[in-house]
Amino acid sequence: MMEFHSLLSIRNLRTCFHTYEGVVTAVDGIDLEVYRGETLGVVGESGCGKSVTALSILRLLASPPAEIKGEILFEERDLLKMSVDEIREIRGNAISMIFQEPMTSLNPVLTIGEQISEAIRLHQGLTRQEAWAKAIEMLQMVQISSAEVRVNEYPHKLSGGMRQRAMIAMALSCHPRLLLADEPTTALDVTIQAQIVDLMERLKEEIHTSVLLITHNLGLIAEMARRVVVMYAGKVVEEALVEDLFSEPLHPYTQGLLGSIPWIGRKMETGRRQLQEIPGMVPSLLEMPEGCRFHPRCPRVMEVCKGEEPPLVQKEGRRILCWLWK
Amino acid sequence: MDPIPLLQVKHLKKYFPVRKGIFSKRIGWVQAVEEISFHLHSGETLGLVGESGCGKTTVGRCILRLLEPDAGEIWFEGEDLLRMDAESLRKVRARLQIIFQDPYSSLNPRMTAGEIIAEPIRNHTRCSRKEIQDQVSFLMDKVGLHPEQAHRFPHEFSGGQRQRIGIARALALHPRLIICDEPVSALDVSIQAQVINLLVNLQEEMGLSYLFIAHDLSVVEHISDRVAVMYLGKIVELAKDTVLYSSPKHPYTEALLSAVPIPNPKMKKQRILLQGEIPSPINLPKGCRFYSRCSYRMDHCREVDPEFKDLGEGHWVACHLY
Repeated sequence: MMEFHSLLSIRNLRTCFHTYEGVVTAVDGIDLEVYRGETLGVVGESGCGKSVTALSILRLLASPPAEIKGEILFEERDLLKMSVDEIREIRGNAISMIFQEPMTSLNPVLTIGEQISEAIRLHQGLTRQEAWAKAIEMLQMVQISSAEVRVNEYPHKLSGGMRQRAMIAMALSCHPRLLLADEPTTALDVTIQAQIVDLMERLKEEIHTSVLLITHNLGLIAEMARRVVVMYAGKVVEEALVEDLFSEPLHPYTQGLLGSIPWIGRKMETGRRQLQEIPGMVPSLLEMPEGCRFHPRCPRVMEVCKGEEPPLVQKEGRRILCWLWK
Repeated sequence: MDPIPLLQVKHLKKYFPVRKGIFSKRIGWVQAVEEISFHLHSGETLGLVGESGCGKTTVGRCILRLLEPDAGEIWFEGEDLLRMDAESLRKVRARLQIIFQDPYSSLNPRMTAGEIIAEPIRNHTRCSRKEIQDQVSFLMDKVGLHPEQAHRFPHEFSGGQRQRIGIARALALHPRLIICDEPVSALDVSIQAQVINLLVNLQEEMGLSYLFIAHDLSVVEHISDRVAVMYLGKIVELAKDTVLYSSPKHPYTEALLSAVPIPNPKMKKQRILLQGEIPSPINLPKGCRFYSRCSYRMDHCREVDPEFKDLGEGHWVACHLY
């Protein structure tokens, strides 16, 4: 196995929002490590804090109401301690982001070309013409046909798949060392999703980017990621290599998650008509249960889970936040 | 299975006009549904899959006559729904219900959960207030909601619970067929499993039939007995679920199946990447609609629209390869 060097390391990140109903802790003390050249998958259901983690890394949350604590070390520099000018130098340059909704995250009153060349001009100091030529080149790289024409068009004239490609072109235009992909294919049809996944894999090889892939789609994780982090209610509950996680999930939540998705072909093997369900629902961030946050839904709950927070167990290179493995 | 199907759709057609300019001049047609035929037996689940814009939702709405089809026949329990007057249609709709995709916009925000579930009962039967209340409690219990929550408004429920209210409303009049239009696509995976299990259990208990419309192929495989694949307003393939998923015949089905990521990192499969995107359904050229993206295309395909034919054992395909 090759040696991996850490690119991004998050230590005890805690992001809270001050709201009228009280303080909401969306991300509650998580640790993450992204190594150079790898794809780290982050899975979880809505409200588990996976998107807030990504937004915290780039400090894209307005403060107040948000409050970010902890350390986010990118190439040994703490992003949270940087001045506004320093973080702007990083955004879209060394770290860039692909957002979930290609409809709302592109500016509707600027052409695609203007939006892509803006980042290039800003970070690479190219002239207007050079940046424009680079924008066309980027659009060709993400396989948009007749890029010279498309570059002059506004986002509403492009289809969902094309907008997502344009956004990827924008994100990759400065050859970032870290790409945060927040549900990059969720809004797309499966055949288009397959095209985008293929494109991202290829571009990752070409420009050696590390990817933090945030999604709720376990299939996508299995195909793209090397390591996986499972989040539940603001905490990392399990971390493992992708093969280990899928062959032997250790945390009861991960087990439930894997059991609750229908897989193509599984019905033929088992003939089962019932999916395994996780009873109940994700707790509201305002009313977190005491002890382990998963205990009201956990099939293997013990007395200790109800009162005390579970310990982080290190086991054969995996991390599990659960009393069962103590 | 009884020989006469519960629902039989024949040559269904629905076009939407495309208008432009200040006089709303018609400049073309969107062929949302073009000559679709299929049948559904009692107690069976037929899955209808396809990508966005393929017309699957339009099919569901045409069957209920929430949209008026332009041509075709829809036989339900031996009667043609399209030749019915408003009064008999109203009566039929008690046995023909729908569950909508978006649990946020398909419930009236100014009615309580109890009122929403009671409305069809009040409209269609002459039950007393007490009887209605009992039935509402029974239905809420059946779909896994607490009857005490009947006085709450939709916004007080989570997405999964709202979808359960929608299911209770659809069940209120003991329907025979429920059209499920993307019933789980707005839900989180763990909640999705709960709703799918609920639908499967209710089907066994009450002998329901489902027309299950969805874009998620793995969900459709899980729940369906037979699956129909739609592309640009037409069914391109229809077969028993195990047959369709193990040996797809149509090039589009094949590509669609290979595009679904499988949650098993040890299985690196060969993906068929379709070039381009779904063409606009306005004024389609003649010939096969999949021509522009097909990897097996022949000259013949551009000229002649393939017929939808039976390859035996109920495996229907519309492709010149067969």
